[in-house]
Amino acid sequence: MNTQNITRIDVSRRGFLGAIFSAGALVLGAPLFVSEEALAAEVNPAKTPWFPTVYLGVQPNGDVIIVAHRSEMGTGIRTSLPMVAADELDVEWSRVRVEQALGDKKYGSQDTDGSNSIRSFYDPLRIAGATAKAMLIGAAAAKWSVPAGECKATKGFVTHGSSKASYGDLASSASHQPLPKPETLKFKSPAEYRYVGKGVPIVDLDDLVSGHGVFGMDAKMPGMVYASIEHPPVIGGELKSADDSETLQVRGVKQTVQIERFKGTYGFQPLGGVAVIADNTWAAMQGRKKLKVAWDLGPNANYDSDSFRAELTATARKPCKAVRNVGDVDAAFAAAAKTHEAEYYTPLLAHAPMEPPAAVAEFKNGKVEIWTATQNPQAVQDTVSQVLGIKPEDVACHVTLLGGAFGRKSKPDYAAEAALLSKKVGKPVKVVWSREDDVKFDYYHSTAAMYLKAAIDANGKPSAWLQRSVFPPIFSTFDSNTVYGDLEMGLGWNDVPFDIPNHRAENGPATAHVRIGWMRSVANVYHAFAVQSFLDELAAAANRDRVEYFLDVLGPARTIDLGPTAADTAEKYPLETARVRRVLETVADKSGWASKKSTPGHGYGIAVHRSFLTYVAAVVEVKVDAQGKVSIPRVDIALDTGKVINPDRVRSQFEGAAVFGTSIAMMGEITAKDGRIQQSNFNNYLVARMPEAPYETHIHIVNSDAPPAGVGEPGVPVMAPAIANAIFAATGKRIRELPIRKQKLV
Amino acid sequence: MIELRVNGVARKFDGDPEMPMLWYLRDELDLTGTKFGCGMGLCGACTIHLNGNAVRSCQTSLQNAAGKNITTIEGLSTSHSHPVQKAWKEGNVPQCGYCQSGQIMQAAALLKQKPKPTDHDIDEAMAGNICRCGTYQRIRAAIKVAAGVKA
Repeated sequence: MNTQNITRIDVSRRGFLGAIFSAGALVLGAPLFVSEEALAAEVNPAKTPWFPTVYLGVQPNGDVIIVAHRSEMGTGIRTSLPMVAADELDVEWSRVRVEQALGDKKYGSQDTDGSNSIRSFYDPLRIAGATAKAMLIGAAAAKWSVPAGECKATKGFVTHGSSKASYGDLASSASHQPLPKPETLKFKSPAEYRYVGKGVPIVDLDDLVSGHGVFGMDAKMPGMVYASIEHPPVIGGELKSADDSETLQVRGVKQTVQIERFKGTYGFQPLGGVAVIADNTWAAMQGRKKLKVAWDLGPNANYDSDSFRAELTATARKPCKAVRNVGDVDAAFAAAAKTHEAEYYTPLLAHAPMEPPAAVAEFKNGKVEIWTATQNPQAVQDTVSQVLGIKPEDVACHVTLLGGAFGRKSKPDYAAEAALLSKKVGKPVKVVWSREDDVKFDYYHSTAAMYLKAAIDANGKPSAWLQRSVFPPIFSTFDSNTVYGDLEMGLGWNDVPFDIPNHRAENGPATAHVRIGWMRSVANVYHAFAVQSFLDELAAAANRDRVEYFLDVLGPARTIDLGPTAADTAEKYPLETARVRRVLETVADKSGWASKKSTPGHGYGIAVHRSFLTYVAAVVEVKVDAQGKVSIPRVDIALDTGKVINPDRVRSQFEGAAVFGTSIAMMGEITAKDGRIQQSNFNNYLVARMPEAPYETHIHIVNSDAPPAGVGEPGVPVMAPAIANAIFAATGKRIRELPIRKQKLV
Repeated sequence: MIELRVNGVARKFDGDPEMPMLWYLRDELDLTGTKFGCGMGLCGACTIHLNGNAVRSCQTSLQNAAGKNITTIEGLSTSHSHPVQKAWKEGNVPQCGYCQSGQIMQAAALLKQKPKPTDHDIDEAMAGNICRCGTYQRIRAAIKVAAGVKA
């Protein structure tokens, strides 16, 4: 750890902080350790300057305020990060208040995705807490003329013998103390933690059970009007003409406004279209139905997801670009007595968070103020500045609670629409996307075709393994010429930890015809589905117990060198097969795997996958009735995510991932015809409801002293293959494409 | 002029009688605890009580609510003390929380009708309420806690 970048903040000079902290407060900024944590796809660590990012303050009244700069979308991060600082500071949790930060580059990355918040900010928040504590002790020692080393600080008070002073009383003098030298900082031992590893209820709990939490959909500004926007039905389409005469007859409708389409590659820019401005949301939506609009549909007007699937599949049957190559796969196949091959397919998916995209913005005097549910307030600043031609720092982005996000709300096209409309209308404008808008105009989770082939030795083990993946890549959203998924290769493809002498991973080209985004677990979803299903196929062909076979293919305990693409995580987060083994053995043990025998209509499946640096294994029990209807009585998930800060929130994320993964495996599918998305709402874009979700999910957290890893996403990828493998065990029917509801199982 | 009571307060409305209660509550009365999720009665996020019964406010127009007693999540209890709310807090049910108003209103209506619901009763009553975070297991457990039935 490094404390040299702790900086003291002069409250009087910081407008934003001055609004939160009282004069005389001790306020510290903690640095961001981007260089140790950044994923390959993110910032270049060598060029990233040190930013003060997380602010911790002690008020003269003894309240401790911690500014949360990451977005709360259900992971509990608004609670878990402050817990870390509060624990090192040693203050009563009841005295801690969490304030949500505005978007500002001074925090470093605020982009809340990649299961990154704890990984990136665990150490900085410990440093912030320990530094503040040392300065409070220093102030008390000076006051009492005693050595600092003889003072103790606990539960909001510094004591020495019979002397006792509260943190609040010491805050002002502590702010004049010298910053402690890094080597003098004292950190708690794990046994001394009061909150870390034990947990506290989320700070928003009471608001969320009483309807008082404020989401983007709930934000209001005085004098605002409401907008509902008719987008071009095909991505890249443009407005030819609009007749709003009937729209303007609708009670409450004030006007319509045309929005220009994005320029160049769409990125996060608005899609264009016609906005209906009204006194309330309902009137805006009703007025929109009366619009008569003609479109130029643009270059994607012929996009058809069925024929596109055939293209992807054909590409995957031919040699593609190698992204990992061990031994000589071709020679091994040529010499093999027995080979096995299979093709897998997964469709486009929509995020469909319960809260559709919404934002309210006011453009005034060349500046913009926005309230919105966003995972990335700095992207809001950048996009609005790009669209309106103003400076990013002239865009103030307030982050509300997010009603689910799953990656959708990293892309602030809806916030840019609100800002643009406010400028044109001259009032604050609230943009509300309907569910239909959300489903039809998402940044979709990509569709993928995968081809796998193995050479089988005399023991039924793979002696050679080839895996090809073809999908429109995420980066096409920012550069339309991009056809290879370099970013996605580190997500469950070139990091498969098997002990196979000849192993090649490949990636084939594909052109996007819709906006491609990143959704919870990203490419790990389809990659784990193919790899873990194929491994199960080989185990079935060898007629071997799955756990025993998976461990055999995993091989001896070792650290796997993932090469330069993972160099920035390799030292702190090496890929260790011993940890893969441990979660497999744990889930087998806890689920009673050895005593569970699949019978017709009742099966057990297993899968293991490491993503976002966390090791996860799942055992799924399925029942398949005489009509082929699938139910999931029980799921067991074992995980090793290193140190755990808030165990209940870790459990809740993995319980939720089991449901999210069930939706993906069983139900979710976005299709397109004539460039138009064919799904529109929860009647045709299906997600798991209570009766379809796993009835009970048991989470088994493996004790670990490794650095904390990701939690929000890594529970998802194991679900589809574990369910598919369980269905095979129950029915003999091999699942090679999703969603499973479209397969005939009996 | 439409007259109705919302959380015990008499209200009058002279706008579009076709407007769903959802938007009246949210945009006109600033009761934003009732959430918009689908607009088609498919997700349950907008669930309110109409004369004590759970209904989807996106499918309930002002004219359908005329003369009725409406309860929203904000009016379910004083100091968030309804047994369902207490069970929700005890079980740390919410993740993002967006759907939870509707879940709680639906669960409260269920327990009024069936104070000791079975798993099947819970499935039937709650199947219309989607949670994308996947809190179903804890919702089921919290309903059982509120009902005082065994998990």
